[in-house]
Amino acid sequence: MEPIHEITLTVDGEQTTRRVTARRSLADFLREDLGLTGTHVGCEQGVCGACTVRFNGEQIRACLMFAVQADGARVDTVEGLTETGDLTRLQEAFHRNNALQCGFCTPGMLIAASDLLIRNPDPDREEIRAGLSGNYCRCTGYHAIVDAVAEAAQNGKEAEQ
Amino acid sequence: MSEKPPLSVLDRPNSYIGRSVPRPNARRLLAGRGQYPTDMVLPRMVHVAFARSPFAHARIRSIDTEAARAAPGVVAVATGADIARLCKPWVGTLDHFAGMKSPPQYPLAMEKATWQGEPVVAVVAESRAEAEDALELLDIDYEELTPVTDPETALDPATPVIHEDLGDNLCFSSRVDAGDVDAAFADADLVVEEEFHFPRHTGVTLEPRVITADYDPSEERLTAYHGSQTPYQMQDVYARHLGLAEENVRVLCKDLGGAFGIKLHVHGEEMTTCALSMMLGRPVKWVADRLESFVSDIHARDHRVRARMAVTAEGRIVGFDVDDLTGVGPYSVFPRTSAVEGNQVIKLVGAPYAIEHYRAALKVVLQNKNVMSQYRAVGHPIAFAVTESLVDKAAAELDMDPVAIRRANYVPDDAYPYKTASGMAYEQLSLQQSLDRLVEFIDYEGLRREQAQLREKGVYRGIGLGTFVEITAPGAAFYGVGGARISAQDGCSMKLEPSGRVQLAISINELGQGTETIVAQVAATELGVSMEDIRVTTGDTGSTPYGGAAWASRAAAIGSEATVRAARALRENILEVAGAVLQEAPADLDIRDGQIVGRESGEERLSVAEVGRVGYFRPDTLPPDFHPQLSVVRHYAPQGLPFAFTNGIHASYVEVDVETGGVTLLKHWVVEDCGRVLNPKLVEEQARGGVAQGIGMALFEECLYSEEGQLTNASLADYLVPLSSELPDIHVTHVETPTQYSEIGAKGAGEAGTAASPGAIMNAVNDALRPLGARVSAMPMTPERILTALGRI
Amino acid sequence: MYDFQYHRPTSLDEASRMLSGAEEASFIAGGQTLLQTLRQRLAQPSDVVDLGGIAELRGISREGDNVVIGAMSRHNEVAGSADVAGAIPALATLAGGIGDAQVRNMGTIGGSIANNDPAADYPAGLLGLGATVVTNNREIPADDFFVDMFETALEPGEIIRSVRFPVPQRAGYVKFDQPASRYALVGVMVSQGAGGVRVAVTGAGPSVFRVSEMEDALGRDFSADAIAGIRIPSDGLNADIHGSPEYRAHLVTVIAQRAVNAALQAH
Repeated sequence: MEPIHEITLTVDGEQTTRRVTARRSLADFLREDLGLTGTHVGCEQGVCGACTVRFNGEQIRACLMFAVQADGARVDTVEGLTETGDLTRLQEAFHRNNALQCGFCTPGMLIAASDLLIRNPDPDREEIRAGLSGNYCRCTGYHAIVDAVAEAAQNGKEAEQ
Repeated sequence: MSEKPPLSVLDRPNSYIGRSVPRPNARRLLAGRGQYPTDMVLPRMVHVAFARSPFAHARIRSIDTEAARAAPGVVAVATGADIARLCKPWVGTLDHFAGMKSPPQYPLAMEKATWQGEPVVAVVAESRAEAEDALELLDIDYEELTPVTDPETALDPATPVIHEDLGDNLCFSSRVDAGDVDAAFADADLVVEEEFHFPRHTGVTLEPRVITADYDPSEERLTAYHGSQTPYQMQDVYARHLGLAEENVRVLCKDLGGAFGIKLHVHGEEMTTCALSMMLGRPVKWVADRLESFVSDIHARDHRVRARMAVTAEGRIVGFDVDDLTGVGPYSVFPRTSAVEGNQVIKLVGAPYAIEHYRAALKVVLQNKNVMSQYRAVGHPIAFAVTESLVDKAAAELDMDPVAIRRANYVPDDAYPYKTASGMAYEQLSLQQSLDRLVEFIDYEGLRREQAQLREKGVYRGIGLGTFVEITAPGAAFYGVGGARISAQDGCSMKLEPSGRVQLAISINELGQGTETIVAQVAATELGVSMEDIRVTTGDTGSTPYGGAAWASRAAAIGSEATVRAARALRENILEVAGAVLQEAPADLDIRDGQIVGRESGEERLSVAEVGRVGYFRPDTLPPDFHPQLSVVRHYAPQGLPFAFTNGIHASYVEVDVETGGVTLLKHWVVEDCGRVLNPKLVEEQARGGVAQGIGMALFEECLYSEEGQLTNASLADYLVPLSSELPDIHVTHVETPTQYSEIGAKGAGEAGTAASPGAIMNAVNDALRPLGARVSAMPMTPERILTALGRI
Repeated sequence: MYDFQYHRPTSLDEASRMLSGAEEASFIAGGQTLLQTLRQRLAQPSDVVDLGGIAELRGISREGDNVVIGAMSRHNEVAGSADVAGAIPALATLAGGIGDAQVRNMGTIGGSIANNDPAADYPAGLLGLGATVVTNNREIPADDFFVDMFETALEPGEIIRSVRFPVPQRAGYVKFDQPASRYALVGVMVSQGAGGVRVAVTGAGPSVFRVSEMEDALGRDFSADAIAGIRIPSDGLNADIHGSPEYRAHLVTVIAQRAVNAALQAH
């Protein structure tokens, strides 16, 4: 019989306890056990970045972590970060700039972009491109995404002043 | 009654046409609330995983499924023979491709496996993990056969024949011969020639292929939640091949994580999943993992082109002579075939230029690699890389500027209508105007000066141009005339809600390109209401009119025309009701900003919501026998020429590191003419995304096969998809030459970015290398290929 | 992925005990390689021992003429450490260039060197800086640690505790990476310090290696020109889809020169 682990963690601000097999990835756990389908699975090879979530406040790939390793941790997904408003400025800028087409990369891209802006609130285009290099987008060619992140950064600066 | 004719959609007040309206449906995706087929969960759903052939070519001696059947969680195990009892095979040929041949293809391999990765056995279990566990317990006895991998030798007598019934490995061949090519080349002052290699690559949609098939035996009804860009085509395929009534098959796809032409072909896994659902009477889900995607999603390109071009001493291009060889895997893909790409290559080489003498030969051969078929910009990137590369080569030899040789040889803007030597009919292109725009847009002279200055400092930069002419918005000429059941028309239905708002359903579907937005723009404009009042439904064969959906850059061109007709019909019907209420002639009324107004006076008379209220709840107040028709449907089939040709030109600016061979893309520009621009931002984004995929082809992407037919880089860590850090800013500008064959005049825009960018980049790299006497003609232009060309390794 | 038993010890002793009781155990540090390996069913460990709960494996500190980095230090911690940036900026550069932001938030120095991927950055960092690997029962000089492709001097059950880097006089790390994974096609760490000049190359061969001819030349004249004419033989270098042995051999010289320039610019 496959061993089962009970884990308790805080997802999007809510504490939750679930039973998982050891081999269940955090991405599958979020999507299938919690129904948080905003976290996408694009490659399961740790490359595409569609499964990017915040883990204890830092962006990671949810396909490269076992759910059992998240016992006791805080995980934030696009759903939760939308509700808290953490992503609002980026979401608005993405919308205005049409920085998404199919939208499959978008949740991961937003979380990566927000992580970038936390570390560097005033990035130039090259820094934005480098900062988002863990996230594939097959639709846009990235130009509009860079525009959107730059605009969100600018709006963030203006809001600070 | 007024004497002025009604305003056309282009003249209506408060028009949304030509405005960069943000996509309303993007908000959902930004909030993580997309509904992708990979998200689908149904009660009693089980999961299927596939055992795939580890060999490129092998006879299947026996399959022992006993241990797998007994494994934990396993619900069913099915072999090729099991599925063949439920699903008829298909043949990927078209009648208008004379002599084309391909054998019947079954969902799972039958006696033989013919490519590494071909699905052989399906295992269904309670979870995907359990299904995968059980795959390991299958005992499949293969007898390895000699694989056919090299297209160059596929037709040699010594090469094994993959499908003995076909007699040889030739799938299709074709020729175009116009003018007197031999004489043109004999008389030419200069002949430039080259052998080009274009790699196999693949679409890499970020959401993999996926289906959840839900068969209800009580109604003999199949509902397929299928990641498909052609739901109506798949409804037809499922009905006919699974023996179901067409009206009992419903295909749904709300959001879709990338398509690019990958998700319109018939693949065995989806067919098997539907058959399994019928076998089990419960929902079955399949999601490709990334490894499966690489070995089973159709691949694209894979061409070896030998081409030469004849030129006069003054730089006038007089003829082309082209030979294209392409390997397409063991089967021609159903229902569009694997011959269309090559067929477009041999039609499109030289297409922007006024030439008389043209010869092109195509051979499409079968081989033991993954199947190959249409992917974004089908044939165009190859044809224009070949064309534009030869044009630049001739310019260099004649010491002409690349801009000057193009200007002198394009089909002139005043020469339309025009028919090319290869037989294509152009309504109106803007090649010269687009070139002039580009020269200004990129400050061509300034760029050349910068390049020259840097070259003195040992910095090697290159500027490359890439012209394209593009086949868009096809009528039935592509597939229908060849017997394929692929709709060339589309339909739009509209319903006025009692509130005065509008429900619109259309057979053109949303792939992220913005379909829902542009049809709402057109509908709102023609109706005279706000875009916010229009709710669009797509991607459901059960609730939208029948149509072709989204492929071949047709969604905007055809969808906008179906929509404007439906909106006009609904407006007329609304005004009929309003006229009855107001006791005025409907022709004297109009709708503006959601209000019924006097057509001349503009005076507000009634709200559209009031029409809805009366029409639905108080028809008793209307004249006897007046039945409000507040739902309408209209269809549109493309008119005029077989295709709506678009055109444009790209420029690429690169820097080559001559020590490492690395190429840095500095900037990319696109001038594109897709006719009427409905939403500039959305057209620009189509261009940019297309350029990114062309950059992948030019510099990064390649499905690498060993001589044994093993795909050696089937992972995203090894198959290089361009990332934000590799790509340059991509600037886009528009020239507008609307087609006169339709009311709005939009042509297609989805593939133009991919069509011309690889050639532009190749020209830029070769421009950078020219002072060093080096040249590359094989893609992807990897650092190693460039250093090899430089003679440094 | 096969199923397995999962353990999360809180001390090195406990981890060792868990390991000795297991049929075939794997450690998981950052998991950035292990999960991919397991998912592709390329390994079937009976037990996976998570080192994430062991506090004594964390921490970065300056200890005299050395910088000591705990095995479970993540790449972004090394890249962002003031101690590392102050003493060995080339090491911060190296760590900050591994993979992408998400990988750097999870991947660890211990996991990287224990795996000894032929294209990983850290092996060049350790060998090029003359570091010492400290395990739960001994110290292993970098020269002895990296044995062959995916093979190290670690004994079964041996756990890396930390890595000790002597602070060099100057050092530079440059890599020519392949897009997508950011693995090094060729990466070179050059350093000059108390132990002389070291030139370590990753990505080019089955395992990281030193180039003594370049070290001698740089010992005489620490400049890019000094090694411009030194071409390493391509025999035995990696041949894969990203580059031939000849291409890698060529790149070693080019990248080593750039690493020398980086070292000169940094100091």
